[in-house]
Amino acid sequence: MNIKRHASVLSLIAAGALALTACGSDANTPAGSNNSAAPAPTQTAAVECGGKKGLVAEGSSAQKGAIEAFTAAYVTACPGQQLAYTPSGSGAGVKQFNAGIVDIGGSDSALSKSKGEVEAAATRCKGNPAWNLPMVFGPVGIAYKVDGVTDLVLNAEVTAKIFNGTVAKWNDPAVAALNPGKTLPDTAVTVIYRGDESGTTDNFQKYLVAAAKAAWGKEAGKKFNGGVGQGAQGSAGVADAISAGTGTIGYIEWSYIQDKKLSAAKIDSGAGPVELGAEGAGKAINAAKLKGEGNDLVIDLDALYASKEAGVYPLVLATYEIVCSKGYDADTAKAVKAFLTTAATTGQATLADAGYVPLPNEFQAKLLTAIKAIS
Amino acid sequence: MSEPVSVGRPVAPRGSRGGSASNTAAEATISSNEQGAGGPPPGTAAPAKVITRPGDRIFKALTVGSGVFVVAMIVLIGVFLLIQAIPSLMENQSNFLFSRDWNAEPGDLAFGVLDLLLVTVFSSVFALLIAMPVSLGIALFLTQYAPRRLARPFSYIVDLLAAVPSIIYGLWGAYVLAPAIAPFSVWLNENLGFLPIFAKGSSDLGIGQTIFTASIVLAVMLLPIITAISREVFDRTPTMQVEGALALGATKWEVIRTTVLPFGKAGYISASMLGLGRALGETIAVMIILSSTTTNFSFSLFDGGDTIASKIARAAQEFNDPRGAGAYIAAGLVLFVLTFIVNAFARSIIAGHKEYE
Repeated sequence: MNIKRHASVLSLIAAGALALTACGSDANTPAGSNNSAAPAPTQTAAVECGGKKGLVAEGSSAQKGAIEAFTAAYVTACPGQQLAYTPSGSGAGVKQFNAGIVDIGGSDSALSKSKGEVEAAATRCKGNPAWNLPMVFGPVGIAYKVDGVTDLVLNAEVTAKIFNGTVAKWNDPAVAALNPGKTLPDTAVTVIYRGDESGTTDNFQKYLVAAAKAAWGKEAGKKFNGGVGQGAQGSAGVADAISAGTGTIGYIEWSYIQDKKLSAAKIDSGAGPVELGAEGAGKAINAAKLKGEGNDLVIDLDALYASKEAGVYPLVLATYEIVCSKGYDADTAKAVKAFLTTAATTGQATLADAGYVPLPNEFQAKLLTAIKAIS
Repeated sequence: MSEPVSVGRPVAPRGSRGGSASNTAAEATISSNEQGAGGPPPGTAAPAKVITRPGDRIFKALTVGSGVFVVAMIVLIGVFLLIQAIPSLMENQSNFLFSRDWNAEPGDLAFGVLDLLLVTVFSSVFALLIAMPVSLGIALFLTQYAPRRLARPFSYIVDLLAAVPSIIYGLWGAYVLAPAIAPFSVWLNENLGFLPIFAKGSSDLGIGQTIFTASIVLAVMLLPIITAISREVFDRTPTMQVEGALALGATKWEVIRTTVLPFGKAGYISASMLGLGRALGETIAVMIILSSTTTNFSFSLFDGGDTIASKIARAAQEFNDPRGAGAYIAAGLVLFVLTFIVNAFARSIIAGHKEYE
């Protein structure tokens, strides 16, 4: 509460300064951020306020916290403007966007050609292609609770073996090989997974498929396919179950690990262990390859997850804002651009506290180019 | 000839005797209305026929309407479930009733309800086994043992249990009860683990998200339902019988055993069946407490798993394809039929005993 108020006061001052300098650039101080490791992007952009007063967006619940931060920044930058976000799930977000009910769709996967979503979106945008803009990145942590172990190191292969039941004891040689000099207890591994269908499960399994296909031996999907362990309801349920048991391990978004003060494993992709956090995830985003054309910034997840670069924390969940490249009415286009511009600049400041990764500079530049091109 | 007249119009003399002018005026207007509507002239054939006034017709229409409405609702819900479920059932590659797999991915539908049904029935029956004796004790205490002054507030408290929202029960079960009974579960598993129902299941005992925990919470939720109905039934034990037993020298326990229990048995059982119907359909509390699992149900109390209702609730947020949703709705149809049968069974027990009617 205190931090929030502090932040809003600061951003009010920032907004005032912005108004005085006739909508010039915005001083991009990470207001209220207490996460020093978070590399906030430095590039700024002029925000042209105006247009439709109340934007409507709907979709993935994984980006709810980020959208809240963006909306707060948007409201301060453009007083009188609003955005309402309904976190009803990615499927619903795409459906509502394609039906023309919401202005921006939120989804944890890009529009799919095989499901006919790309064509439906083009129809909704009056014959223009829709763009997938990956605005929100959140690292997924492998959280665990093992007596006497606080700095566990895992790699994709051992993670896959733990989550499909091949490694059933904490002192298994495979785990011990990655954690030399640590005393691992002789307790059973209890895998906790998401019992409900979830994009987090999907991305986690995609990571295992991309980085350790042979060891994993299962498919990706919104349903956990590991075949071991027990499911808990929602990310909060997984976090609770991990802290309630002993010898437990599970995958959850960074923000829940922060909230519940759980230990998260470092991931060693071949170039040394990397800690869960904004820094490693930021490097992953920078290294990510795009497979979309032009301003359609679809991320090649397979390449990202299989990355072996030093300092990269590869297990990152990317969520997209789905927008029309053209085809909005003038009012809506103006407001959508203003919102996305604030989201990509001032909106980044408080992201690390909410468990998301601020955009790296290079990637921010790509996004701003795309946002500018919306008409 | 004069006698039936006085019987047919008992109100008029009473009204005039009371001296209330407005009453007689009302009578006059009503009877004049009757004449206007072509009713028989008063005093001749009137007593033989049943008098109907506008209020009768309106009230009858309202009650019949309500009755028809509720029946139509039930039928429409059943029809809705059927319509939604049939396309998915047609595409289903598994045997719906006997398969234990659940795959509701659209395009690759292979789902069976057996595992869900087993967990549903198992957890509810176990809950009932806990709740039945406790409820019986509470009901007997309230009607036979407790002093009148205490019985009234005490029964209010029991009724209050029914007013607690099930999400609260769920949170209580997951955050308070589960860790609290974990040592007991471990003890049961270690000492009685050779019995299948106490064998090690798919859910971690230390975390406690087991059918055991869920059933105890369900049992608490059933207490007010079973207690309330049983209490009413036990209260109606004919005083003559009770006093007769006492006169023969029966003690309190013997009175209960020879009069109250035989008299109330059917009511008590049907109350339990109504409670069972409630337990079968309980959703949110079970969803929060139970861990889901990828292994089959092994008839252990320490398994995780999903009941039909909790499975539907878990998936409902991601319903974006009618065929996938149809699979869950088909499971819902099974639950609908199951609770219907249980409730019908409860009613039939009551119907067999004229004294409750």
